[in-house]
Amino acid sequence: MSKQNRRSFLKTLGLGATAATAATYAPFAIGGSSKKVVVIGGGMGGAVAAKYIRMMDKSVEVTLIEANENYFTCFGSNEVLSGERTMDSIKFGYDGLKGHGVNVVIDKVIDIDASGRRVKTASGRSFNYDRCIVSPGVSFRYDKIDGYDESVANTKITHAWKAGPQTALLRDQIQSMRKGGTVIISAPPNPFRCPPGPYERTAQIAHYLKHNNPTAKILVLDDKEKFSKFGLFTAGWKRHYGYGTDNSMIEWVKGSAGGKIESVDVAGMTLSGEVDDYKGDVINIIPAQKAGHIAHVAGLTNASGWCPIKGDTFESTIHKNIHVIGDSAIQSPLPKSGYAANSEGKVCAAAVVAMLNGDKIPDPSYVNTCYSVIAPGDGISVAMVYNYANGKINKVKGSGGLTPGKFDAKARAREQQNGYSWFDNITNDTFG
Amino acid sequence: MRDTIIKSTLLAATLALGSYAQAAPSGQALGYTCAGCHGTNGASTGNAIPSIAGLSETYMVETMNAYKSGDKASTIMGRIAKGYSEEDIENMAGFFAEQEVHKNTNQSFDAAKANAGQALHEKYCDKCHTEGGTVADDDAGQLSGNAKLFMQYSLADFHDGSRDMEKKMAKKMKRMMKKDSDAFDKLVNYYTSGQ
Repeated sequence: MSKQNRRSFLKTLGLGATAATAATYAPFAIGGSSKKVVVIGGGMGGAVAAKYIRMMDKSVEVTLIEANENYFTCFGSNEVLSGERTMDSIKFGYDGLKGHGVNVVIDKVIDIDASGRRVKTASGRSFNYDRCIVSPGVSFRYDKIDGYDESVANTKITHAWKAGPQTALLRDQIQSMRKGGTVIISAPPNPFRCPPGPYERTAQIAHYLKHNNPTAKILVLDDKEKFSKFGLFTAGWKRHYGYGTDNSMIEWVKGSAGGKIESVDVAGMTLSGEVDDYKGDVINIIPAQKAGHIAHVAGLTNASGWCPIKGDTFESTIHKNIHVIGDSAIQSPLPKSGYAANSEGKVCAAAVVAMLNGDKIPDPSYVNTCYSVIAPGDGISVAMVYNYANGKINKVKGSGGLTPGKFDAKARAREQQNGYSWFDNITNDTFG
Repeated sequence: MRDTIIKSTLLAATLALGSYAQAAPSGQALGYTCAGCHGTNGASTGNAIPSIAGLSETYMVETMNAYKSGDKASTIMGRIAKGYSEEDIENMAGFFAEQEVHKNTNQSFDAAKANAGQALHEKYCDKCHTEGGTVADDDAGQLSGNAKLFMQYSLADFHDGSRDMEKKMAKKMKRMMKKDSDAFDKLVNYYTSGQ
């Protein structure tokens, strides 16, 4: 019998107290006066991890450090572009977490001292931890497109891939575009946050234009040859926006056909690829991505630019006592999605609580569900259940998959409404 | 409690025999993964996705198995239910059975229709769905205070045959619809009123 199994055996028979002396994990704080967790980043992963640690064990002191007073969800933000949602509807604060006893600090983390177990912030404060959870989302590889940088993104050619002021700016640009103008969306190479996002964005912008600027066009320049929910999106574009016909509002250019973008002329509103130049009235560049900034500063990334982790605890394989969840982590086959971050946050929270208490790491389970709205009354989804076996995260065979391709108006209308309930529940689960 | 002890002993015995230790997520670990769609601990704040907090264990196991086999039509639950073993489903059903029934009281309803719906409920439904359909021991779905659109969908599915129902329910529904073709609307308003 392995040590782990013996422990399970003893514990299961109700001899937990005896078994604790044989703990596999030496807890930092056992017998001590405090168990401290610092969570960096108050997005979909970090906020839910902080809340669930407190739900599972009130004796753990949890501090969440987040740079902004409010979080705007990326999911739902494409509907802000079409006017189907307001910015306020995707805006969330941290009062709910405070209600769970999370110490919420609005500040920017500038460094993590892994050996000293200390987090330092821009305002000069430092926070000690027994375990640190890092959930900083993505950052952008601006260097992959000549002429593009953060100040251009903030003022003229948005990425709008972190919801917030750029979402509102892009919406306003689309609404004030000249009649018959062209919106260009540059879609990124894999891996990136929210794989179906650029294509739902295309559909939502088309939905707005169809009703307000029907001679306008959308040109999607893609770095890739194919994308998430490909058949469902292209069929939906066809159903609602004439895709594939001479009158199509949407044109999609795959990477090998000239979709890869190398540079931008901001003043001339022109994107350049290997062969062609593309001029737009509104341009949205979703750049290639990597782990959030602090993950690089703290040395949590490998050569890929993302953070290697253990799938059952999300503990970094580079630095002990630091866990990385959400988009920054190498969590494949889990996608870089809000729901996956939610699921990872809870698995990580349960593992952190167990480790702090010297308990066995719980067997994890994970889910992803993701809804996209192609047009009002036409929602689609993708889902998958995952388990942890043989030292890694696996898709459970036979589970999951896409909305059926054959259009069923009743089912699609329900999927849209389910998507809205999904939005209500995941945001309440995270921030409420 | 006794069940738990028996299960734990069996698990321990399996481990003691040195057999392959299959990952077995707890009901809580499984239940937490549902919360993104169904709300924290199964208490839904949305109006299309139902609350599953406080459902009877029997009903939830039955429902998940029906989704898994395809006997119960769904948009997404069939795809998700296929990801779980029988043991998983029992464990998550145990977790949700322990949660308090949640009533979503933030949904709009028409008071006159709700009153009419209450009368219909008492006449045709109350025998099996007692106390407005909030009693777990009935081993049925939770009605009062549950998601409005979900209830509309469910009634429509029972009516057009895309969801099976027991013979006595079919009989009563037929009788009710014959008397009042707006019965579904009234019932949904009654359940949405959360009384």
